[in-house]
Amino acid sequence: MPGATITDDLEISSTGGAGGSSSPGPPEGRGGGGGGRGGGDGESQPGAHPRGVSRRIYYTGIWLALAAILMFFMSLVSAYIVRKSSADWRAVVLPRVLWLNTAVLLLSSWALEASHRAWQREDAKAFRGWWAAATGLGVMFLAGQWVAWRELAAAGVYLATNPSSSFFYLLTAAHGLHLVGGLAALLYVLSRDWLRLRASGGVAAEVAGIYWHFMDGLWVFLLLVLTLGR
Amino acid sequence: MGAHAGAGHVHAPPQGFLWKYIFSKDHKVIGIQYYLLALVAVFTGMALSVLMRIHLVWPTVKLPFFSGDPTPEQYLALMTMHGTIMVFMVLTTAPQSGFGNYFLPIQIGAADMAFPTLNMMSFWTTFISFVCLIAAFFVEGGAPISGWTAYSPLSTLGSISGPGEGLGQTMWVISIAFFCAASLMGAINFITTVIDLRARGLTMMRLPLTVWAWFITAILSLLAFGVLLSAGILMLLDRLAGTSFFIPGGLVVSGVVQSQHTGGSPLLWQHLFWFFGHPEVYIAIVPGMGVASHTLSLFARKPVFGYRAMVYAMSAIGILGFMVWGHHMFVSGMSPYTGFAFSLMTMAIGVPSAIKTFNWLGTLWGGQIRFTSAMLYAVGFVTLFVSGGLSGLFLAQPSVDLYLHNTYFVPAHFHLVMGVAAIFGMFTATYLWFPKATGRKLNETLGKLHFWITLPGTYAIFMPMHYLGLAGAPRRYADATAVQFLPPLQPIQHFISIAAFVTIAAQLLFLINLIWSLKFGEKAETNPWEATTLEWTIPSPPPFDNFAGHEPSVYRGPYEYGLPGYKEDYLPQSVEPGKLVTEAGD
Amino acid sequence: MADRSGERGSAATAATLAVFLTVFVGITLYYFITKKWWYPPPINDFGREIDAQFSRTFLITGITFVASQLGLAWVVWRYRANGGRAKHFEGNNRFEAVWTTATIVLFVGLGIFGRQAWAQLHFNQPPADAMVIEVTGKQFNWIFRYPGADGEFGRTAPNFVDETNPAGIDPKDAKGQDDVVTLTLGVPVGREIKLIEKSQDVTHGFFVRELRLKQDALPGMVIPVHFHIDPDKVGEYEIACTQLCGSGHHRMRATLKAMTEADFEKWLANEKAQ
Repeated sequence: MPGATITDDLEISSTGGAGGSSSPGPPEGRGGGGGGRGGGDGESQPGAHPRGVSRRIYYTGIWLALAAILMFFMSLVSAYIVRKSSADWRAVVLPRVLWLNTAVLLLSSWALEASHRAWQREDAKAFRGWWAAATGLGVMFLAGQWVAWRELAAAGVYLATNPSSSFFYLLTAAHGLHLVGGLAALLYVLSRDWLRLRASGGVAAEVAGIYWHFMDGLWVFLLLVLTLGR
Repeated sequence: MGAHAGAGHVHAPPQGFLWKYIFSKDHKVIGIQYYLLALVAVFTGMALSVLMRIHLVWPTVKLPFFSGDPTPEQYLALMTMHGTIMVFMVLTTAPQSGFGNYFLPIQIGAADMAFPTLNMMSFWTTFISFVCLIAAFFVEGGAPISGWTAYSPLSTLGSISGPGEGLGQTMWVISIAFFCAASLMGAINFITTVIDLRARGLTMMRLPLTVWAWFITAILSLLAFGVLLSAGILMLLDRLAGTSFFIPGGLVVSGVVQSQHTGGSPLLWQHLFWFFGHPEVYIAIVPGMGVASHTLSLFARKPVFGYRAMVYAMSAIGILGFMVWGHHMFVSGMSPYTGFAFSLMTMAIGVPSAIKTFNWLGTLWGGQIRFTSAMLYAVGFVTLFVSGGLSGLFLAQPSVDLYLHNTYFVPAHFHLVMGVAAIFGMFTATYLWFPKATGRKLNETLGKLHFWITLPGTYAIFMPMHYLGLAGAPRRYADATAVQFLPPLQPIQHFISIAAFVTIAAQLLFLINLIWSLKFGEKAETNPWEATTLEWTIPSPPPFDNFAGHEPSVYRGPYEYGLPGYKEDYLPQSVEPGKLVTEAGD
Repeated sequence: MADRSGERGSAATAATLAVFLTVFVGITLYYFITKKWWYPPPINDFGREIDAQFSRTFLITGITFVASQLGLAWVVWRYRANGGRAKHFEGNNRFEAVWTTATIVLFVGLGIFGRQAWAQLHFNQPPADAMVIEVTGKQFNWIFRYPGADGEFGRTAPNFVDETNPAGIDPKDAKGQDDVVTLTLGVPVGREIKLIEKSQDVTHGFFVRELRLKQDALPGMVIPVHFHIDPDKVGEYEIACTQLCGSGHHRMRATLKAMTEADFEKWLANEKAQ
């Protein structure tokens, strides 16, 4: 029965970024960067898709994933709006650290953009530096969210204390979990060798960046909902 | 047009049983895995319904696996699990993830899905979901009793609201959550594959309608399952963490005041559930529509009537499908003005469905119909879709629904469309594609026998349910005679049960045919049906990389049957124009 | 060479299919037209209105059903393979336009036509002198409460609910002293009745066939519906629960007792005495 090798494309995490299409040239190009089938990046790792399969699938894929994630969060926000209209709604006081966390997250997106500019200049060191900064700021954001949770707990406000706190914990937890996934992607890119990243056309970095910026924007939106909704 | 799967597929087939058959990333293996899962699920679901039908007519008969006389909660547990298993593990797996996984890449000329590893993960997540669901039978308290719709507070208060509402309901929610994740993974894969991996020359308007159907279904899944997941998480929190999303205050359950909850809204669960639930039923039927269109054209030897209209109609059904969920909630206490708006949208969604029906008739009109088993099931799909769809017009109007809601009229409607028409879509696909996947044909005699028992049989089961509903018989009753106006209707219940036993027994014929033909079926050549689409250009069964490194180019649409001026009455999509043999022989 | 063995007996198959579909249509029509198992006669104008809309729907869907199924029967018979070529055409835009328009007009028109009955129940408020009765669903029976001579309901709270006080009326509330709680829904005929639906635990569904009335009772909500019964329709009608509420869902029935005004007063007084 036909099948695929295990060594090939764990898509985002596979070497070469895309399954096999690793020439840095235009998608149809057969030469460039090493020729031969299976990779122009010096890799011997083959992929499920022949060369020529565009890296486009990763962009399509990430936008679709974000659409699904958006529906998930919009559903929670709709539930929030409905639940808010009940008589027992007592808006939770948002810990001030949330604003700091937001600034940190926005900074991390800005750092990612700086790394993007470094990429375009082919400045490996700057790319790595800014990327690491973005990752670090991401970790800081999550730590800050944890601090916000501790603050609320110290004030005796837990998940089931009242509906407003339930939504607060739920929305921040859901966003945080998705952000952890984003961090994994950032760390993956950080762990990759510069030459391999270049050879793959930087797909992994771009796709991770799209996801990260979306999570950033999503956080701002959720914070607005939590703030204006009081 | 997206980038195409270029020539020169480089990777070697996997070695070892584990990587070839268990954790395979080959879309064909994964498609078969989903199909087998659905097969196990459908026989489980049918067994549950047999137990239900026995109990309704012979309530004192001791059912197997149950000690003592069956209790009402046992009946309700059977019903809940029957619905959940059938809707999720059968109708949402086989038509889309089973056949779609296998044939979508081949029909677009690709070597595999866009994300093979994600594909493998989506199957195993579905498998875990199935295991969690079945586990509900075996935990303390047993399976839940709140129906596949799990309305709150019955489903959120815990065991105090009824047996099976403890760990059983929790397992159910966990199962659903896994299923949502799996479906979202699958949806991303399907949509990316259609957008980016089509072969040279294969524009969207040259796609087989099967591919359009899988594509539209995947979009519905992408947008709907996230909502169900969110609702499931809220329900889990209500059940386990003391929150009150769906549980209002002031409840007294079995004499115990439920002071730990206030302010939640049962209606909120209904809205979230049905926002998913309505697209879900289109997820269940649209692949069948695609297969029916495809097969009717193939065996009538003429193009699909109104290909473009079919594409627009399926798209319209998909879009409108997100705007009609309130028709499940006319009597729920939702605003009656909102109800009226939902009603108009629902009547509107009948329009594209009607267009498709007329186009199916138009496809057959003027044809040279070849009555293979696959074709019989495709014709069966049409008659069942008409019957089941039209009863929806009654339920779509709140004034008429006032009487019919939650009577047997509702299961009559949805079983005919989902429980039979969609299943017939699966039978059509099986009889059509079994030769390609296995290299052997299914036995036609057994296939026809199966058809001639199943079509009248399913009509005999579900048409009488309309009459039960018109007489006002409520659904989900563990005792079919409990209310005084019910006993005179028992002869109908009796008839339905007998019809069910015969029809379900006949499904063994299908199982026997599958198993026997795998070993002893007549060998199938590459294109036994004289069909035009790309799967019929590769060997039966296909090599592991489908096109053996040669990416096909597509020169025409998928339904070029009966074109005058050519020797053959079909023009395969990937044969160059210069290579087609005309009637004159050149 | 394509395998056409599956198509042996094409005429027999086509004929059987066509005959089956025709017989199926016949049987279905028979049971719908003879009304062998049908809904009971309505007992008010509202019911008659609903039935009229049902008949209109039945007519349109019936014609569509017969035309489609017989159409299918005819094409499978007439166009069975006979060795020739199929007629090659890819569609007909004019046909598409015609049947799309016709379907839109028929289906949406039907929906708009049904507005009247729905509006009567839910958009129009009952008159101010309607008799108000509270209906509460609980696992697994219905409780009915009448406001008594003062015309006002007493306060209820979950902690007061017990066997002797199933509605949970606050004993300290003066307004609740004259409330009458019953297990049967007694109503006078010829008078507008307003039902206030509530639930103590899970979702239940209140259904009386002859009234053509169904309304779910949701905990945490108070949902009004209204109806009246024709003066000549004195009698007993069954109330069934139609929203799955647990293991006793099927036995959660009650009786709607429609009486003359005089009999109703007697009945209510009797209930109060108990």
